[in-house]
Order: sequence, then structure tokens, then C-alpha cells
Amino acid sequence: MGAPPPATSISFGGGHRRPVATGNQEFTLDTAAKLAAQEGGGAQVQGRSPWALAGRRLRRNYVALASLGVFLLVVVSCLLAPVYASHVAHRGANDANLTGYIHENGKTIPVISNGGSRVLPDGTVIVIPAGQPIGPQWGAAGGQYVLGADQLGRDLAVRLLYGGENSLRVGLLSAAISTIVSVLLALLAGYFGGVVDWILSRVFDLIWAFPVVLLGIALGTALSINGFHHFGIHLAAGDLWIPTAVIAFVFIPYIARPLRGQVLALREKEFVEAAVAQGAGPLRIMLTELLPNIASTVLVLFSLIVANAILTEVGLSFLGAGVQPPNASWGTLIADGQSWLATDPWFSMLPGIFIAISVLSLNIFGDGLRDALDPRAKVRIER
Amino acid sequence: MSEHLLEVKDLSVSFATEDGTVRAVDDVSFGLERGKVLGIVGESGSGKSVTAMTLMGLTRGVNARFSGEILYKGTDLLKVSDNDLQSYRGQELGMIFQDPMTSLNPVYRIGEQIVEAIQAHEKVGKAEARARTIELLHQVGIPNPESRVDDFPHQFSGGMRQRAMIAMALSCNPAILIADEPTTALDVTIQAQIVELISRLKDEFQSSVIFITHDLGVIAEIADEILVMYAGRVVEQGTKRDIFYEPQMPYTWGLLGSIPRLDRPRADRLHTIKGMPPSLINPPEGCKFRPRCPHAFEKCAEEPALESRVEDPGHLDRCWLTVDYKRSHRDETISPGTEAA
Amino acid sequence: MGAFVLRRTVGMVLVLIAVSFITYLIFIKIPGGDPAARLAGRTATPANIESIRIKLGLNHSFIVQWFDMVKSLLSGTLISYYNGGTNVVGQIEQGLPATFSLCLGAGVIWLFFGILVGTISAAAAGRFSDRAITALALIGISLPVAWLGLVLLYLFADGGLTSAFAYGGYYPITQNPWEWATHLILPWITLAVLFIGFYGRVLRSNILDTINEDFVRTAKAKGLSPRRIMVKHVLRASLIPIVTLFGLDFAAVLGGGAIITETVYSLQGVGFYAYQSIQAQDLPALMGVTLYGAAFIVVFSVIVDVAYAYLDPRIRLA
Repeated sequence: MGAPPPATSISFGGGHRRPVATGNQEFTLDTAAKLAAQEGGGAQVQGRSPWALAGRRLRRNYVALASLGVFLLVVVSCLLAPVYASHVAHRGANDANLTGYIHENGKTIPVISNGGSRVLPDGTVIVIPAGQPIGPQWGAAGGQYVLGADQLGRDLAVRLLYGGENSLRVGLLSAAISTIVSVLLALLAGYFGGVVDWILSRVFDLIWAFPVVLLGIALGTALSINGFHHFGIHLAAGDLWIPTAVIAFVFIPYIARPLRGQVLALREKEFVEAAVAQGAGPLRIMLTELLPNIASTVLVLFSLIVANAILTEVGLSFLGAGVQPPNASWGTLIADGQSWLATDPWFSMLPGIFIAISVLSLNIFGDGLRDALDPRAKVRIER
Repeated sequence: MSEHLLEVKDLSVSFATEDGTVRAVDDVSFGLERGKVLGIVGESGSGKSVTAMTLMGLTRGVNARFSGEILYKGTDLLKVSDNDLQSYRGQELGMIFQDPMTSLNPVYRIGEQIVEAIQAHEKVGKAEARARTIELLHQVGIPNPESRVDDFPHQFSGGMRQRAMIAMALSCNPAILIADEPTTALDVTIQAQIVELISRLKDEFQSSVIFITHDLGVIAEIADEILVMYAGRVVEQGTKRDIFYEPQMPYTWGLLGSIPRLDRPRADRLHTIKGMPPSLINPPEGCKFRPRCPHAFEKCAEEPALESRVEDPGHLDRCWLTVDYKRSHRDETISPGTEAA
Repeated sequence: MGAFVLRRTVGMVLVLIAVSFITYLIFIKIPGGDPAARLAGRTATPANIESIRIKLGLNHSFIVQWFDMVKSLLSGTLISYYNGGTNVVGQIEQGLPATFSLCLGAGVIWLFFGILVGTISAAAAGRFSDRAITALALIGISLPVAWLGLVLLYLFADGGLTSAFAYGGYYPITQNPWEWATHLILPWITLAVLFIGFYGRVLRSNILDTINEDFVRTAKAKGLSPRRIMVKHVLRASLIPIVTLFGLDFAAVLGGGAIITETVYSLQGVGFYAYQSIQAQDLPALMGVTLYGAAFIVVFSVIVDVAYAYLDPRIRLA
């Protein structure tokens, strides 16, 4: 995808019309042009920057804006996790409650079942296995365990929100880091060419040759053993920066390669030659000539990568190679809920629904962004 | 009055876009006789290509609105259904486009594409179609047609690709060949060859030609009648002699002035028409060329009708200036620097 | 053409060598510490640790170890650290049928439906059916695979809507074709949904772009029927990127990208083995699995390049 070419928007310039000068006035080719420019009457072809046009198109896309709103809503809700924990659930994300009880409808129910049996009015006997966490209470217990408990008695709703914060944070940060690093590498590789390009391209190839999930799991697991203690950086095994860095690393080739291709093509264009002729150094050229022209591709790629990063984090955490306990993420919660699938499906369902909503809204917005930045107008005028 | 093969009456085409309605073609009328060449000249945005494509029905779409008539052998092509239009395309009207590289499908061989055109309209076998294709390639001047017929488009040079396209367009013997800026993407020397080829083929195939270009110099040889379009309208219309020797529109003068000429004393500078084409969504009031016309005066605030203001009733224009004024002022534009005599 | 394939093959081998080295680095160097001590467990004595170290050759230099490991992998004698020292290559071979069954079935499904969906929504562009399909496709690519697998399991195998479908596990086709298929239906759907959505959108976008190409305009001007234009000109051009995409995606899932699906449905494939060896930090097994996966991707990318050259004559004769 290329940068939006300078598009022009045709608008009716000026308000009232001034009369054309009478036949006494000298007309030359130059004065005619000036007069044409002065006259409010004829329409002017007004140049508007492609960004302004894109912004206008985006603002008109209500679905995309609504999706962005939904996503932000999810983000805000997750950021309010501590508030929910202290004021609604009265329980922290990691506060186990193996022997606690809740009170609802006058009954006292253990959070983790003790096992036993119950006899229904019609005589059937229900066997309750021990160790089963309580299901969603939906407010009946006064804010506690609204969405149920997990196997250690922790409040699922609280963990869902904190986990969401982690998942979203890892997803967004890793996408941002990946994009920034990729842009840098793509600019370097594309601009300098030669040996630099060769080395960087081989690096991209190498990362890309690994099956994404496998590489992510390999790195994630290796780093979960002892953390990372090299090159003066010290990260503990459960540090959230680890999955962030891993995911950022894995996505580099997917962003850097297409961008590198674009930079290579742009480098040959005349405006770059002109800048070089004016004595501009590499840094200046990269920043002022190349970067703005790949910016729209970067934006679109970024929106795609964020969605994929969140899904990757979920996958990695589900397999145990991402966010580590006791930290929660939506992925770990899905894994936790696996055992209770038959009796308490909500345990696994809920994190998934949250993930689906977040990623879907990101995808819809990303689509809207792509449409807005697309230089081709919706209707093609054939001349 | 010889019979008109094609009669276009008050054709208007507009498109709905996100910025408003674009009136790309505004009340255009002309006629085309058998065996004649009509040249349509104008800048980008003048509506010439839209007119041509509308003849073939290529501008039909959800956002397009048409009015007027396109009478081909008596049938109004605007009213013909999409389905039926298929039989007109290629068989009655053939079209070639500006960029032969992108206008040919890169993954199929040239021969295959021409055979496809033939078999779309005529019940012939593959072998016969192929033989005809080779003959066509020969007629358009492609050397070694027996082997080149199996080449891919990117293996041809630009001029040869255009020749192949012409062959494809003429393969089913259409009565009208529409050439939309066929030489614009080619070198000057090749341009001349293509124009000459079209001229020769027109006689061999007995077709009429509509030749669209922005360069009056290109059709100076070949055109019988010329239509000058500006902002979607016809602003001048007449025979080749009329246009080249007695042009009535300042815009036409501008076009003529921008042709480098070898047969005249060398001008100080080549003329350029200052300014930009007007908006087709909110066109200016009065004469559309007024904002760029150095000779505009107060009457120009009122739109001139397209009519004949000279002795020849076939020579129409849209300009309020008097014929005498035009005679004395047009050389300033057409050959600047030479009128001081 | 021959030189092209040769060059790519050489490049391929180099990449695989580098991949194996990187894998090694990841598992030995990154965690730091003493691998032997880790493997020995918590209650090991220094003597235990030392014996493990010698047994696994960990006392040799870094490069020598790597070299030995690759050599034994290629000769099929690589022994894993766990499971009583089973042969890594053997384990991988055992997992192949399940992985192949899963990936081939899912691949056929997602390619077919992806193309179908993309073509239909492009043909109906702008209308309701297009919007509906686009919405579904967007939802499809937004679902986490693990969750989708569990949802399907719950709804169709665990009593949510029905218990008719199998709960998971793999039945070899040779043993019982019916069981083989019914046990794979849910996993196939799980794996395919994501790709159908993606491919549908890519194809739709390609088709809509191609329709505006000049050569399609020429085809119309020639008087060809809309069906012929669509099939011979538009689809032909639009499907080329899909083919290359499919080649790479298929390689990725074959190479172990279906880990999550295999885990959720307890299919004992290569992906599942990869997961287990990662959990157990079983380095030789990991080496084997990673190389296996990378090999698929690298080989298929060469195949895809060749296919692309075949499909687009401009590349072929360049």
C-alpha cells in the first residue's frame, strides 16, 4: 500500500462575486490569471492535505468511531480494576479464599465446595464434587463473586479486569515497540541498502522462518525459567516485560519487511534525490522525506498488529508461556477454566468474550482507518 | 446529407461522488459519418474520455446518470440493456486505450487475448481464430507474427503493444474504432507511426474513427472533423480547415499555440494556457473558460450558446467575441512573438 | 529457473543451520544458570548433577554440544532428556499423522470456504450480504483460537447444546475412518474459522482492486460476457496472492502452528509434542520440533516462490 498522493478537494472558493473589469483594462496573460484567482465566482481547486482528507473520511465513518469507543470502554473498565476490587468485590486479584463463605438469600454457601450431596424435592440426588468453585452469582451475593470464583477462591470478576489490564497492556505495548523498532530497521535497511540491508534482511528472514507460535513459546518458556539476566538487564521470571518483548520481537518481520519494500521504492524517487543534492544527511532524509510517506502504511499495520498481539498473548498465556502466575491475563484465565468447562462454562467463556470484543473493535476501527487513508475515492471517476 | 452512422444528441453524463455531483459531460452533440475520422480534443477533465467510454457503455454504474441519446444505426445505445450491449462491443464498436501495458492482461499471451475477442462474437474454431489473429498482427505491422503471437504483453515494446491492441479492437470488423489517447503514452516517433497505421487501417477495414487526444498536432493529418471540448462541453466544432485556419475559441488558440511548429518562424516562447480547469461540481457561471481567458469581457458573464457565428454553418463555437476581433487577436496566442510585422 | 531453485535451496540450508543455532541459544544461554541442576530437580546432590551433566554431554563446549545435537538429529538418533530418553525423531514421526490430518482437513476447508466467501462478498459489494459476510469475517478473525476450541467443545461435545461430537483425542484413519473424521470435525472448524475470515477479506479486497484494472476494462470493451470476465480475468489475477498466502500459512500450521488446537482437543500431534517438550524444557526435543517446523516454512516458501513464478509470467521471464 502506498502513501496517499496529494489529492485535491474541489470546493467553491469565496462568497460573493466581483464583476469582471470593463473592456478598458489591459489584459495580458498574467493579469488574466491573477484575475481568475481573485474572482470569487469561478470555483477554485483547493489543495487539502491528504491527512486532512483522511481525517474527514474517518470522522464520517460512524461504525469505526463507535468501535474505537467500545475498545476504549474496555480499556477504561480494565484500568478501573483496583476500584472494582476494593469497592465492589472487596477482594484483591490474588486473594485466595479456600475456606470462605458467601451469604445469599439467607443461605451460607462455601466458595469452594466441600463435597457432599443434595436431594431435590422430586427425589433425585445431586452429587457435588469437592473442590468446585462457586459459579457466577450475578450480584446476588452483594458484589462478591459476581462472575464466580476460581479454584483458589479468588474473585473471577476482579481477575478478569486485572487480567484484561495485563493482556491489553502487553498487546498494546508490544505492538508499539514492535512497530517503532520495525520502522527504524526498515528505514535503515531501505535507505542504506548494501551490506546493512543484507544483514537486516537475513535477520528478518531468520525470525520469520520460525513458526510464530513456536518461537513465542520457546522464548517465553526459556525466559520463564529464570527470567532474563544478561547485558545488564535484569527481569524476573514473571515480569510482564518478558511476554511484551517476546511478542514485539516475533512480529518484527511482519512489519519491517513490507515497510522496507516501500522505503526501497521511495528511495528511488526524485524528491529524495533532490534532498540529497541539497546536502541533507541520512537522518534528515529518513525523518523528513521517507517517514511521512510510509506513515499511513505504518498506521494501518499498527492497528493490525495490536489486534494480533493481543491474540498472540492470549495464546501464549493459555499455553503457559506468556504471563506467569500469580499474574492473570485473559489467556491464563481461559486455561484455568478448562477444567470446569462442563459445570461452569462461564469461567472460560467470559475472558474469551472480552477478548473477542476488544479485538473485534480494534479490527473494525483498523478497517475504517484503512478506508480513510486509501487514496482511491469510493467512486472512481473515469475521465 | 450523408447518412450518419453515429448520432449523439444532447448527451449528458454525471457522477455522484462524496464531494458532490460531477457533470463530466454536458449537452454534447455530434455526428459521425461512414469512413470519416472525428477528432475530440481537450485537456484532462474536459470530458472527452468519458464521452468515448459512454459510447461503449463503460461508464455505467450505480453512481452514473445519463441523459440524451446515442443513436447508432438508429438504435439508442443508452437504452440498450447491459446484456445486449455485449454484442455491440467489439463487433460494432471497438476501443483502444491510452496505456497498452496496463490495458492488456499480463498473464495471458497476446494471441490468446485476440482469439478471445474473436471467439466472443463469432462462431469460429480455435485454429481459424488463431490464423486470423496472425493475419491481423501482420496487418498492423508486427514483424514475425507467427512467433510473436505467443508472446506475453511485457515482451512487446510500447508501440508494438499498441499495434496489438489495435489488431484486437479491429478483429471483429467494427464499424467504429474509438481510440482514447492512443499515442499519449508513446514516443513521438512511434506516435506518428500509430497515427499513420490507424489512418491506413481505417480504409482497409472501412471503419470510422473517433480519435481522442489532448494534442491537436497529433490529429492534424488524420481528422476530418474536430470537436474541441472544455469542462464537459463542446466549445468549438468544425472541419479540420475550420479549426486550424479559422479557430474561433480562445481556448482553441491556446491549444494551437502550444504545438511546437517547424513550418513557422521560431516563436520566443511556447504559449501555455494559464490557470486550471474548472470544477465540474460547481462550475463557474457564464462562459466556463472565462476565468482563464485573456480576452474576456463583460458579456462573457452570460453563457454563450453553441452556434455558428461565421459563414460556414458547420463551424460552431461558444464565444461572444466578434469575428473581426478574433481574426486580429488570435495570432498573439497561436504564434506569440511573430505577430509584429 | 534451475539456478533460481538452486540458490534458494542453498539459502534454505543456511537458514536452517542458523535456526538450529538460535534454538540452542534460546534454551541454553537465555535461562542462564546450570541446565543440569535444573534437570536434576530440587533434591539432587552435586554428584547427581555431575552425572547428568556428563550423561548429557553438558560438560563439553557450547559449540561442540550444538554440533553433536544437530548431527544426531539428522541421523535420527537424537534422544530427548525426558520420557526415559525416547528418540526425538521417533516422537515427531508418531505425531505426524495427527498433525497432518488436522492441517490437511482444515486447509482444504479454509481454502474452499475462504475463496467462496471472498468471491460472494465481492460480487455483492456494498449490498447487505456483503456487509453481513464482512461482519462475520471480522468476528472470525477476532476470536482467540483457544477460546473458540473450548466453546465448540462445550457446545457440541460437552453438553452445551449436544454431546454428539467427540470430546477430543485422535483416531488414526487406518483404524476407523468414521471415528477419525468425527473426532476431527470440531478441530477442523476451530482451525479453519480464523483463516476463512482472513482469506475471505483478502480475496474480496483483491477482486475489488482488480475490477478497476485497465485490462478488465479492455475485456469489457471486447464484449466478453460478465462471467468470462470474472473468471478468466478478475479471479485469475486475484487468486495469485491467495495461493502464495496459502502456501505459507499451510506450512506454518503443519510446522506446529496448530499447537493450541491440538492442546485443546488433545490431539497427539507434533504441535502437542512441542508443547509438552516446552513445558518440560526438553531441549533436544525442542530442537527437533523447532527445526521440523522451520524446515516446513522454509521449504514451502521456496515452493511458493516457484508457484508464483509459474502463475505470473512477468516474474518467470524476468
